[in-house]
Amino acid sequence: MSTKTIAGVEVSVNEEGYMEDASQWTKEIAAEIAKEEGIELNDKHFEVIDFIRNKVAAGDTLTIRGIGKSGVVNAKEFYQLFPGAPLKKATKISGVPKPTSCI
Amino acid sequence: MEKSEKIPLQKILIICSKANIEDVYAALVMGNGAVMEGIETKIFFTFFGLDAITKKQMNKLHTATVGNPGMRMPGGLAFPTLLGALPGVEAGVSAMMKKQMDALDIPPVDEFLELITAGGGEIYACKLAMDMFKLTKDDLHEEVSDVITVGDLYEMCDGPGTQIVFT
Repeated sequence: MSTKTIAGVEVSVNEEGYMEDASQWTKEIAAEIAKEEGIELNDKHFEVIDFIRNKVAAGDTLTIRGIGKSGVVNAKEFYQLFPGAPLKKATKISGVPKPTSCI
Repeated sequence: MEKSEKIPLQKILIICSKANIEDVYAALVMGNGAVMEGIETKIFFTFFGLDAITKKQMNKLHTATVGNPGMRMPGGLAFPTLLGALPGVEAGVSAMMKKQMDALDIPPVDEFLELITAGGGEIYACKLAMDMFKLTKDDLHEEVSDVITVGDLYEMCDGPGTQIVFT
């Protein structure tokens, strides 16, 4: 475990840059991590982030299928919002652990 | 320290030639997993694998209850081959398997194809096998990009960091 200063706040992150304490997360931190991933966050991104944070807080497993059926975005929009590896990027920006799901 | 250069996987082609639930899903899970990682993904269905992208068959795939040594009864006892041969047993076992997969959020085949293409993955059908089974493009699910030849397939394999997987 190490710490990293993101948006002026010292947060604990793992070796891949995922935050280890979801309660340290703020929107400013999200914007900063997103920038590192090459993403400029808009309202739609934050709707998805909210959904992800709630899901994780509830102890549910995150899958792209699940997010695609969330009513917030469909799978295609999710891929467009977080291009490349959406589940990995979106969770990193949301300040939650990297998902262990294969689907 | 000397650094050896690593070329990350950039493109993957997965070939599926069988129609068993396990073979089709192996291809779909691996393909979808690659899409999720941002890897350029193409899945090529040939021979009996065409069932997985044929509208009439795709959601009715079975697993073999005869000649499948991995098949066991609930509880772990060996599954008797003669039982597997009885009418309805294979359908029942296959339905049970699909139910278990659904519980893990593994989608049915048609939805899985949509998930893969939503992320930019591409689905192809083998022309020779299509001719053999007398299928036309209209018989295939709409997420199938094209019907292609082996030559077309190899042309898609260009570039470093490309791998082919045959299931």
